[in-house]
Amino acid sequence: MRAWNIGGLVLAACIAVSGCIPMGNHGATLYEDLGGREGVAMLVDEFLRRVADDDRIVEAFAGANVPRLRRLLEEQFCQVSDGPCEYTGGSMEETHRGMGISEKEFNALVEDLIDAMEALDVPVATQNRLLARLAPMHREIVSAARPSSPRSRTPGAPAGA
Amino acid sequence: MCLAVLLPALGAAPAGAGSRLLATGGAMPLEGAAGGGLVPWAVLSGYSTPGEAGPTVAYTHVETDDYQLDTYSVSLNLWNRVELSAARQVFDIGALTPALGSDPGNLGQDVLGIKVRLAGDLVYSRWPQLAAGAMYKHTREFAVPAAIGAIDSRDWDFYLAATKLFLGGAFGRNLLLNATLRATRANQLGLAGFGGDLNDDHELMAELSAAVLLDRKFAVGVEYRQKPDNLGFAAEDDWYDAFVAWFPGKHVAVVVAWAELGSIATLDDQNGPYLSIQASY
Repeated sequence: MRAWNIGGLVLAACIAVSGCIPMGNHGATLYEDLGGREGVAMLVDEFLRRVADDDRIVEAFAGANVPRLRRLLEEQFCQVSDGPCEYTGGSMEETHRGMGISEKEFNALVEDLIDAMEALDVPVATQNRLLARLAPMHREIVSAARPSSPRSRTPGAPAGA
Repeated sequence: MCLAVLLPALGAAPAGAGSRLLATGGAMPLEGAAGGGLVPWAVLSGYSTPGEAGPTVAYTHVETDDYQLDTYSVSLNLWNRVELSAARQVFDIGALTPALGSDPGNLGQDVLGIKVRLAGDLVYSRWPQLAAGAMYKHTREFAVPAAIGAIDSRDWDFYLAATKLFLGGAFGRNLLLNATLRATRANQLGLAGFGGDLNDDHELMAELSAAVLLDRKFAVGVEYRQKPDNLGFAAEDDWYDAFVAWFPGKHVAVVVAWAELGSIATLDDQNGPYLSIQASY
């Protein structure tokens, strides 16, 4: 009796989920689903615009070479989505070493990326596929031993105050 | 001095409610610990990350054929490492008046909880997020539970929970799976005391949840909670629910569910709606 009960609930949930998801309109690669070269360029553009406006993380990008960052992000998004590109930048671990990127900053970055994809009407399933491929970078970007207090690079926090 | 300490903290979190991604705080189920509707998960309430702390308050109402359960709960997430929680449950058993010959009033229970995230991250790590928790439970109205054979009015539950979000794991939607193993001797959560004539030891119970995030703001899911059956007076059934959760923003979450709670204190087929609203800061 009970087994049927939970089976019914699971079935209902599956139907509820699959019923409102368009299936079978994928391109050959995630890259194509993202709109190819042009789509990825628009996404990186929208993403960087949001990062620049984000008080939580803009500081971490202060002094960054934005045209270079844009090019590397386009390469990276293209490569992880199986597009015809090669990422020419350093590894995530190398490029973020010593920056003290916190969990909070990493999440802010992810939120900006999701917001950018939402703004460009990227389908949820495509969003999730891209996020799934970027998620493993978390452990290479977020510092293992993080101070829980504001770091020394935080402006306006005079030492000894 | 104080300002110098406070200002960076305020500037760091202008919107409040912490920095974790939307919906990763789960909901606040019946016993105050963050999770699904009936099952505590390895996630900690609210959206705090290391360096942040934030409270969550919730009200939950379950209405079955014959009973009503109200739960008021509050929790505090410290650095996304420790969750402290407190819940007060009020269980209206007026429906038992004919059987008992007089109005028994309400049953009630207080639950104090602590949960520690041991390892992992719900979203980012390869392995599930793991947490261990304990609940200290106190049956407030023990006369009726004692009369039907409950042994104690206070006891501990201990649990281990593993929760993982699979990005794009269900038809491209994000899939959350949770498994919780709990040691308990509670009768009906503890509302009917602890231990009984059939069993008076802690037993291991399996609790499972599966949820799909349809988009950023909506999740649907199902849960199963195995329960002890300690009292000869009244059989106790495992619980099930199917839920829809809505996360309009990090400050508010609403869960609507259908709960199948089986037989409770001799009255069978206690099924009905479940509503929970919560606020996080």
